[in-house]
Amino acid sequence: MKLPDLVDLASGNLRSSLLRNGLTTVGISVGIASLVALLSLGVGLQELAGQRLSRSGLFNTVAVSTWRDARQMARRDAPLVLEDRKDPRTLDEAARREIGQLAYVTDVEPELRFVAEIRGQERSTITRVGGLPLSARNDEAFDTLRGRFFSGPQAAEAVVQLEFAREWNESDPYSILDQEVVMRYAERQPLPADSAEEDPGGGLEFGGLRDTPENARPENDQNDGNDRDDDAYGFSVVRRQQPLRVVGIVEEEPYGGMRSVSRAEFYVPLPLAERLGIMESSDLRGTVRAGSNQKTYDRLMVSVSSPGRVMEVQQAIGRLGFRTYSILDATRSLQRFFVILDLFLGIFGSMALAVASLGIVNTLVMAVMERRREIGIMKALGASDRDIQKLFFVEAGVMGMLGGVAGVALGWAIGRGINAGTAYYLAQRDFPPETVSSVPPWLFAAAIGFAIVVSLLAGLYPASRAARLDPVQAIRYE
Amino acid sequence: MVGADSAAVQPAILTRDVSRHYHMGPAVIRAVEEVSLEVAGGEFAALLGPSGSGKTTLLHLLAGLDHPTSGSIQVQRQELGGLSSEELARYRRHTIGMVFQSFNLIHSMEVFRNVELPLRFSEVDRNERRVRVEEALERVRLGHRRNHRPGELSGGEQQRVALARALVNRPALLLADEPTGNLDSRTGEEIMRLIGECNQTLRMTVLLVTHERALAERFARRMIFMADGRIVTQPGTAAETTA
Repeated sequence: MKLPDLVDLASGNLRSSLLRNGLTTVGISVGIASLVALLSLGVGLQELAGQRLSRSGLFNTVAVSTWRDARQMARRDAPLVLEDRKDPRTLDEAARREIGQLAYVTDVEPELRFVAEIRGQERSTITRVGGLPLSARNDEAFDTLRGRFFSGPQAAEAVVQLEFAREWNESDPYSILDQEVVMRYAERQPLPADSAEEDPGGGLEFGGLRDTPENARPENDQNDGNDRDDDAYGFSVVRRQQPLRVVGIVEEEPYGGMRSVSRAEFYVPLPLAERLGIMESSDLRGTVRAGSNQKTYDRLMVSVSSPGRVMEVQQAIGRLGFRTYSILDATRSLQRFFVILDLFLGIFGSMALAVASLGIVNTLVMAVMERRREIGIMKALGASDRDIQKLFFVEAGVMGMLGGVAGVALGWAIGRGINAGTAYYLAQRDFPPETVSSVPPWLFAAAIGFAIVVSLLAGLYPASRAARLDPVQAIRYE
Repeated sequence: MVGADSAAVQPAILTRDVSRHYHMGPAVIRAVEEVSLEVAGGEFAALLGPSGSGKTTLLHLLAGLDHPTSGSIQVQRQELGGLSSEELARYRRHTIGMVFQSFNLIHSMEVFRNVELPLRFSEVDRNERRVRVEEALERVRLGHRRNHRPGELSGGEQQRVALARALVNRPALLLADEPTGNLDSRTGEEIMRLIGECNQTLRMTVLLVTHERALAERFARRMIFMADGRIVTQPGTAAETTA
């Protein structure tokens, strides 16, 4: 018999015992609804955790450092790994450009954090200043930003932490908004041709000698205290100041507090900070190690087009001779946790479906007994055993499909209810609403498919029992 | 009618020493015992006998619904003993049509769908099905009742629907098991007339099981008598038994 005829006959048979078949279908839909509701909770919680982490920019970010600084990137109790490569590469401007040209890399930015004095009309304070790229605007820390974000990469603007604003003015922290302040910082300047000249800004000079015999200080060197000559390298430190307008106050640490720049209290646009040539504490280490006067970076943060490409980018950067680290390395155990959580939620949800499948077995066995004579007639009219078997299979499948569709809708509604309840609960405690239950399209399809498969399995025994009926006995049955 | 003309000179039914025994505990019930029977193509034969004589069991064996304990059955030159379950189903779909005493219509389906059922099993195209069902219903003069359910029809009408269902696949052989058993004499006669028409106009072989000798004598060209599972009289020609 052709499938459309099977479906037509099965639908007619199901309609003829509407109440019983309807109740069985409701049983399946309740089973599927519980499965969908529980799995959607698991999926929703996973997405919530994933969104939080991915919005922090951590999932699609690779931290790059040199092998020289391996111990800095490792845990404190990790074994000391210093100079463990023969010729470790320097993380300089050339390396930054090289990394920027790799596939799937969207941005390469240094982590810039320094100490500066912030001076207002009435008060001044020394604080940690961080350079924030404009992409940080998407970080969820700025969802609750008071004021606004930087208007451009070179804008002479600042965003401050609420903590800083409170220290600035305890009685009215938000009064700092739109205030003009001056940032006093140390500028890193290349060494002048003749270092004996007085620096108009007043400053210090840092430098060193290449450890070669030719670098011996000339006898007529007038610059006592400074070990340098024509081959010397280093930089001058000059005090500078930059007027800034405070445009925003942020209440949470950017990047979930997981980057060193997160712990700054005062932020300026990163491109501005880079242009100002601000000296960082790591510049001293760079000067000692570097083989040229080029600026070296302590660490570069590489943005990747998607979290799925992080591994590839890590490998590519590794091949360039740098050490990499990404949060994905640390979150594999988190992913494993959610897989296990989903598995257990699925098992608990399936229990209701297992009970519902017994309902299908019961309904179809009853149908075989009630329709015994009908089965005999069909066989006498030329239906094969396989036709009868398929007819009961399709009846089970139709019940499963209808139950699955209704169950998915019910499960989705339960999920919406959970979300609404959670939002209300959070609102009572002044928290923003969160989506804890989510039904992705694959769950819709998988749940309906699962309902059909379970129903077909439940229909196996009744269908084979119907197919085995002796037509002579069945026709005589009253 | 398919196969009817070509089968006219060949026996439509040929059985040799067919027995059907049932075991009920230690007892053996010999429902059919060494029956040898020949029905020519296009013949209208009546199988008569008292209740329990084995008529219906023999009919079920000829329909391929039951298997003989021993002996061979050939219908339309097809040996039923060697057929698988699937092949027997195909044989029932294409070679025979059956009419029962209790009509055996499916009450959840309308008349049209009841008659259409064998065509669905034969996987006949939907448009072709409609034509053939309407043709069969017209033949039994029930075209106007196509959308009624069996429960809304009289006994005679239900049996006419059953006859239309048996004819719809255009079988070579019609097996009718007490088709008038549940009907009054006037309606029964009407049904017999319709069966006779099929035999005459479609050259369809008919084997009628009945215990109403008068009706059989009127319509059948040959009568075969059974008692205790055996054929007790089997005249050689139709002329010898025709009234």
